[in-house]
Amino acid sequence: MNGFMAVFKREFKAYFSTPLAYVFLVIFLFAAGYMMFSRGFYLMRQADMRTFFSNLPLLFAIMVPATAMRLWAEERRSGSIELLLTLPITVTQAVLGKFFAAWLFLAVALLLTIPVPITVCYLGDPDIGLIITGYIGSLFMAGGFLAIGSFFSAVTKNQVISLVLSAVVCGMFIIADMPTTQAYLSAFLPAGLVKAISQLSFQGHFDSIQRGVISFKDLAYFVLFIAGWVWANIIILDERKAS
Amino acid sequence: MISVKELRRTFGRIVAVDGISFDVAKGEVLGLLGPNGAGKSTAMKMIACFLKPDSGTASVCGYDIAKDPVSVKKSLGYLAENAPCYNEMTVGGLLNFICDARQIRGAKRKAALDRVVPMCSIESVYHQTVETLSKGYRRRVGLAGALIHDPDVLILDEPTDGLDPNQKHEVRKLINKMAAEKCIIISTHILEEVEAICSRTIIIARGKILVDSTPEKLKQKYNAGLNEVFRKITTTKKL
Repeated sequence: MNGFMAVFKREFKAYFSTPLAYVFLVIFLFAAGYMMFSRGFYLMRQADMRTFFSNLPLLFAIMVPATAMRLWAEERRSGSIELLLTLPITVTQAVLGKFFAAWLFLAVALLLTIPVPITVCYLGDPDIGLIITGYIGSLFMAGGFLAIGSFFSAVTKNQVISLVLSAVVCGMFIIADMPTTQAYLSAFLPAGLVKAISQLSFQGHFDSIQRGVISFKDLAYFVLFIAGWVWANIIILDERKAS
Repeated sequence: MISVKELRRTFGRIVAVDGISFDVAKGEVLGLLGPNGAGKSTAMKMIACFLKPDSGTASVCGYDIAKDPVSVKKSLGYLAENAPCYNEMTVGGLLNFICDARQIRGAKRKAALDRVVPMCSIESVYHQTVETLSKGYRRRVGLAGALIHDPDVLILDEPTDGLDPNQKHEVRKLINKMAAEKCIIISTHILEEVEAICSRTIIIARGKILVDSTPEKLKQKYNAGLNEVFRKITTTKKL
């Protein structure tokens, strides 16, 4: 077993050895279900999961930083980072191990929403393909937010600061292509830049995957987004691990 | 087995380690002494590849700390100051994680655990979580983690700090037992400890090496106990 697997295994187990995982799962599942049914699922009279997926970005923007905030802040505050990084493991392996462990945890949380598609299938005849692409899009979106959260967790030793900073940045990537944001930005930025900012937004890419179109453009966006933040995480951690 | 050359590290304007050089051979137990903030821990962290030096280099078992840190970390057992651990893990879980990371598997892992657990007398807390342990036990768990791969080189940062006299005695006995076939660096404030286990001592203050000698020679030279020697050297000697 190499360093990556060792860190991955330990980190994933760590979620379940503290109450964190259970608190997170209960709140996430409740909120996801509540938002879906309270925001027009029955009014639409259509058996699909659009109301479920369309509320996820907002929920993730708060819940994912909460999962990510302990990744490195906790490690640096307690000093255990000194134990971790004096084992024969590179910083890259450690960062990737932790990132993928947290991502798997979020995948488990998404998997536990399985009663929602079952309910929808019971009520009508939904397009299964759309549900599957919706889940794929959600998983990538969770990965993107997680990469942001993991980066900010390495920036500070304080978990609360890490949570707030990453929630704000996640929020910015959601609202970047909203008409109000666009209108505001176009007041003082050139049109090309405003367009670029709207293309950076999660929402557009997530929506198009959720609509059932998995295009190279959207996948590349998420993969590059995640890789970029994880790479920044590796650099900042290598720089600040001891301070 | 350890060779340190002109190692230097600053934190902002503070110079923590200011160009220290020394070699340690197999069978030697080197005691790093010095007042608080002298740069002992920083020097040890650099040799253990946790901190990068600003300039200078060091090698452990022939591997350079800058060029091949993974090989250095493989051949090294490092116990950090205050023995940091993952609090939510059980002692067994923690030791198994270290085995995972060091790629000790199967029968070898069982043999390693059977060796270090009684050696550090932590059998009775093996299934407890780390956060429930007393300071002494935590330190012994940290020591077990540093010894699990039977490294040739050991770096122990204040290994007996916070232990009761019996435990201190046990740890010293352990170090003495391993001394012949390993190369060990320990840092400490306890001068009687230096006399009990160290074959050589280096006194550091303000990041510089003031003295590199044996405890006996020092006592002879200054014609005083080690405590007094330490005070004389660190308070009066000009840098």
